[in-house]
Amino acid sequence: MSKLESNEAVLTAKDFSTDQDVRWCPGCGDYSILKQVQSIMPEIGRKKEDIVFVSGIGCSSRFPYYMDTYGMHSIHGRATAIASGLKSSRPDLSVWVITGDGDALSIGGNHLIHMLRRNFDLNVLLFNNEIYGLTKGQYSPTSPEGKVTKSTPIGSIDHPFNPLKLCLGADATFIARTMDRDPKHQRAVLLRGSQHVGTSMIEIYQNCNVFNDGAFEVFTDKQSKAEEVLILEQGQPLRFGADQQKGIRLDAGKPEIVSLDEYSADDLWVHDEHNKFKAQLLTTFFDNPSIEGHLPRPFGIFYSEDRYRYEDAMSEQLDYAREQKGEGDLDKILRGSNVWKV
Amino acid sequence: MSKTVEEKKEVTIVFAGDSGDGIQLTGTQFTNTNALFGNDVSTFPNYPAEIRAPQGTLAGVSGFQLQFGSVEVSTPGDVCDVLVAMNAAAFKVNLSRLKKNGTVIVNTDGFNARNLKLADYENNPLEDGTLDDYRTIPIDVSKMTRMALVDSGLGKKEIDRSRNMFVLGFLYYMYNRDLKATETFIREKFSKSPDLVEANLKVLKAGYNFADTSETFTSRYNVKAAQLAGGEYRNIMGNQATALGLIAASQKAQRDLFYGSYPITPASDILHELARHKNFGVKTFQAEDEIAAICTVIGASFGGQLGVTASSGPGIALKGEAIGLGIMLELPMVVINVQRGGPSTGLPTKTEQSDLLQAFYGRNGEAPMPIISASSPSDCFASVFEACRIAIEHMTPVFFLSDGYIANGSEPWKFPKAEELKVIRSKTWDPKENETYQPYLRNLDLVRSWVTPGMKGGEHRIGGLEKEDVTGDVSYDPDNHEKMVEIRRDKVAKIADSIPLQQVDHGAESGDLLVLSWGSTFGVVKTAVKGACDQGMKVGHVHLKYLNPFPKNLQSLLKAYKKVIIPEMNQGQLLKIIRSEFLIDAKGLNKVKGIPFTAEEILKRIEEEVTQ
Repeated sequence: MSKLESNEAVLTAKDFSTDQDVRWCPGCGDYSILKQVQSIMPEIGRKKEDIVFVSGIGCSSRFPYYMDTYGMHSIHGRATAIASGLKSSRPDLSVWVITGDGDALSIGGNHLIHMLRRNFDLNVLLFNNEIYGLTKGQYSPTSPEGKVTKSTPIGSIDHPFNPLKLCLGADATFIARTMDRDPKHQRAVLLRGSQHVGTSMIEIYQNCNVFNDGAFEVFTDKQSKAEEVLILEQGQPLRFGADQQKGIRLDAGKPEIVSLDEYSADDLWVHDEHNKFKAQLLTTFFDNPSIEGHLPRPFGIFYSEDRYRYEDAMSEQLDYAREQKGEGDLDKILRGSNVWKV
Repeated sequence: MSKTVEEKKEVTIVFAGDSGDGIQLTGTQFTNTNALFGNDVSTFPNYPAEIRAPQGTLAGVSGFQLQFGSVEVSTPGDVCDVLVAMNAAAFKVNLSRLKKNGTVIVNTDGFNARNLKLADYENNPLEDGTLDDYRTIPIDVSKMTRMALVDSGLGKKEIDRSRNMFVLGFLYYMYNRDLKATETFIREKFSKSPDLVEANLKVLKAGYNFADTSETFTSRYNVKAAQLAGGEYRNIMGNQATALGLIAASQKAQRDLFYGSYPITPASDILHELARHKNFGVKTFQAEDEIAAICTVIGASFGGQLGVTASSGPGIALKGEAIGLGIMLELPMVVINVQRGGPSTGLPTKTEQSDLLQAFYGRNGEAPMPIISASSPSDCFASVFEACRIAIEHMTPVFFLSDGYIANGSEPWKFPKAEELKVIRSKTWDPKENETYQPYLRNLDLVRSWVTPGMKGGEHRIGGLEKEDVTGDVSYDPDNHEKMVEIRRDKVAKIADSIPLQQVDHGAESGDLLVLSWGSTFGVVKTAVKGACDQGMKVGHVHLKYLNPFPKNLQSLLKAYKKVIIPEMNQGQLLKIIRSEFLIDAKGLNKVKGIPFTAEEILKRIEEEVTQ
């Protein structure tokens, strides 16, 4: 990341807000995400004019209107593809994709996986509220089985996506999960994502208080949080529960919950975000919290890897072509190799 | 032995064989050699959609038709003087295109019992009198080729693969042409395998010598160089010319070219050609699908580059929503449709003027878009360059329409010099004039400025929602929406001020009949109208490059004739637009067979209209 030039005024979060009225429903989880994103902007080391927010369609996709940077509110599911073109053509920009569970995983599923395998250096914030909000309450590809919505009065029969597992399956180089109700955690994950060179894929659990209120309550409620949330920290053992008295141990490759009354912290799985196999296992910690003996839901950075970026490889090929053939000469290609005179 | 030389003004040849016989290569080589010699040429490759259709079958026949001449050649020819058939199926499919008393060169080895059965022949047409009206030159090309390469050490399969060179050599002798250009080509193409270079050169010469020494014919033919306008020429195919036009526009606009596309017949060759020119800063992006292709282009255009995508009908249908976004954003981009037979998958390798209405109306809402079309392979260069100019200077997506016939056809091109090409200028924002950047503030042509990320103080948000005039803020105001719909309409209409007035391409400036055409029918219509004029009819030919907006004087031109006919390779798409736009009783002449019109078909209709 390039440092700001010294003569630039120091920016604050306020410099990134626009004069537009924010039009999300009162109490929407999106407000918290907007606030955290604005708050990290002065810290990512980029000039305002070099930052672009691109969104698709959905409640979350209104986001660019509220960021005083360059921005595009595009069409349903395509923000990832538009950002791919923008980043390929302008590798110098800091590009942020704002998308939701319907936008990224349903109508835009194809672009999402292809963007991830290409690993452009950009940031994706996937606002997951497990519902279609803008169209007023139909189930989404992340809604749990049995979910009763306007379009599923007897309950959804769709098996839901596990978004981070899908992304890792598409060879994402950075995957993380955070939630709207934990601003501190969210801020830390967003900053780490912005520093990752490659596509940083951040799933944010976001409460839709109108159509799907409380979808993630078990992870945010004070009573249940400790038992349900597993915070991932690099180099630290996987511990959770009240007083951190529980942990995850790998027993012949199978994760199990153990009590620290019986085991020591040294027996536990130590989180290593560079270990792809363990990251894959972590993405499968996706049980319905109502099931007896289920694993807690991990939050934090699951995986990060340094892999070549599409736009870098593209630029290298252009340089290589220039080295081999010299700077393009229009007259030469207009002539071709077989010319005759009349 | 000496042979007499017979002069010919123009000659049409059809090469036909299995899709694995190297027919396209043979045709292309023969074309290039004649073009280099100085003939005017026009070609029409006609091949099956299957890469390797079952051998010897009627469905697997690949053809390449070309006309070359010492006079101006506008079409690949209605009927052929010479048919080269490598097997019975190729013979059967193409015989109807051979002139009475025409010459047919047949590979007799391709007429064995199996070949005849595959071609549904009960009797061998070489022996049953079918060829009584033609001059037949039977050659066992396979045997000749094998004999020529008996000591080559190559396998039978590899030897048979060079059979096309024997035929080519034979024709070079017949038409008095030099082998040099093809020899150079062979050396380059097989540079990695000297054995194959040797073999192909040997077979080429064997064919040439065989024509000389065998008593096949008593006279050779001579087609003199054409009297083309003075200058330097090269041969060029349509898709290649399109690719060069895009590169030239990018250079003249000083914007890097970003080309996002998904492979589709018959547009993919543009991608292949552009991918070879990365030293011009050309970025080619093979997207995961058609929608992604146009969306990456929108991203690149937002980033300040010349964004271009290409496809054919089905792919364009997929891009529709995103093209609408481009119209709403008012960003420059070019959408190329190399049309093919439709609907749905239709006829992927066959030509059709299938998608004019799609280009005009194929989007939700009031979504006007400029449309430019090419009239011939070499015209793709200037036309796509013009499409890029309009896109950048008028801040709008622009359609460029080509078709399979133009895309794969070739002709001599008097190529321009780089310095002769117009500079393309974009409208930018000057902070000194307007301190605050307003994305939808416009100039007199209703064009907004192109401010791209990285420009300090220009930070702005745009999107697919209706926006307020001037500020670009989201707006649901009813009056504002109507105003913006009108602005977007008028912006496209005003492009008419920056395009040339329509000329009458050939024939009478007024009179009994106007033949109005667009796209790839240019050559045949021109030939037909010339024929009519030669007979003394008062007929004019107007060929449209600009389909939206139309040139300002089109209406007065249409009214200068008693009747108007519009020949189209569709069911009358321009016809519908002309009738509704100008309230005139124009009539259609329609052909939807996946193959181009013949000049004869058009001339016949002209005669009917004029004498009625």
